[in-house]
Amino acid sequence: MLRIAPTFTVATPTTLAEALALKATHGEKAALVAGGTDFVPNLKHGLHAPEVVISLGGLDELRGLDFGAETIALGALVGIHTLATDARIASVLPSLATAAGLIAGPQLRRMGTLGGNVCLDTRCVYINQSESWRSALGYCLKKDGDTCHVTVTGKKCVAAASNDTAPVLLSLGACVELASPRGVRTLPLEQFYVHDGARNTVLAADEILVRVLVPRPRETRRMAFEKLRVRGAIDFPLLNLALAFDLDADGVLTAPELVISAIAARPRRVRALPEGLLTDALVDRIAALAFDATRPLTNINADVEWRRDMVPVLVRRAFAAARGPQSPPFAC
Amino acid sequence: MKIEFTLNERPVRVDVAPMARLLDVLREDLRVTGTKEGCGEGECGACTVLVDGRAVNACLIPAIQLRGAQVQTVEGLARSERLHPIQQAFLEHGGAQCGICTPGFLMAAAELLHREPHPSRAQVREALAGNLCRCTGYQKIVDAVAEALS
Repeated sequence: MLRIAPTFTVATPTTLAEALALKATHGEKAALVAGGTDFVPNLKHGLHAPEVVISLGGLDELRGLDFGAETIALGALVGIHTLATDARIASVLPSLATAAGLIAGPQLRRMGTLGGNVCLDTRCVYINQSESWRSALGYCLKKDGDTCHVTVTGKKCVAAASNDTAPVLLSLGACVELASPRGVRTLPLEQFYVHDGARNTVLAADEILVRVLVPRPRETRRMAFEKLRVRGAIDFPLLNLALAFDLDADGVLTAPELVISAIAARPRRVRALPEGLLTDALVDRIAALAFDATRPLTNINADVEWRRDMVPVLVRRAFAAARGPQSPPFAC
Repeated sequence: MKIEFTLNERPVRVDVAPMARLLDVLREDLRVTGTKEGCGEGECGACTVLVDGRAVNACLIPAIQLRGAQVQTVEGLARSERLHPIQQAFLEHGGAQCGICTPGFLMAAAELLHREPHPSRAQVREALAGNLCRCTGYQKIVDAVAEALS
């Protein structure tokens, strides 16, 4: 039975200012929780030891979808279920709707939030275990230990970014709005994630993610999201990728973006992708570049060679989806 | 911490730790034991209940989130001596075997019924995707829900 040991206090602020004051007071010892779908199981496994848990559920300022002419603003407390089922999201940001609909299962999508997924803790086969399991191995770099059981000699944690919204939002050029008592800063998502699985974002101890800002895609923009997982109904990704590109009336592809994740601590943009007439040959070239750019590790409990071999497969699937009707699959 | 919410259309008041799980509040503080614990970490759906009409996992909901909420558990489905149509269909189709997952399936199906009175078979499968059963192979469960909502 996985219960939560009551070793901390719980705060329920009703304004962002109140929440920021609490965060400023407690810093790293304060944990932020919204839907709790990832935080609560991790708390049960002893991965977090906060002195105060700040429940963000009462902050109406963090809710809401705003479809501006230039920017689509998504509140951090927007639910994953909403992202997956909102008709406007499906129409304007179909790859985001697809990704949201493939996160966990129906119950967790009703609890989880966009902000929670963007800030999701990294995962690894050596960390997402019980306290006794981890202690038997002498812990690891991510928490309480000094050895990485994946790379063995490495000094930087390689736990994998496992959030499905991150590659999509990166492929769409999104920014995050971070509030602190010092003010609000807007940061390209590209600069938000870093190569350290122990902590893979630059979110400061006194900051709270408020909104995600997505530039409204051009009419010619096509996009898709693909995900590999053990059980199609619920699991975290073994591999995921997001694709976006412009396609003109003559079938010419320009400005391609391809982001691959669930590999390392940070989603990876595949750079220097070719442009030109969108043919199967062009798709194959991009798929080959994606394969070359991807080196899965044993941080996720699935065969590394299979995961790598699936990269070009998912790229081809993503192109097939992006070239078809831009409507995400049914999500419940 | 004293928390008031509505359980199966009746107001209740409990005095519990803020991070006590809804699952434990139901089973131990309120002695309403229809909701079962499976994995305890949000994967199996055995503890599914409705909070404000949404199917969620009671093992992950801290009591602090319940203030003023409308909670419905499997005990709230039947009316006096009459089973809910989904419960009746589970009986008729053999949708329950060992029974530990059944309350969760019933509540996930109940949410679907509220949202989509006449769902397709694909919608039924999708709505039940967060619930695991190790006995039935799912077919009889899907049959039961599809028939109850047809």
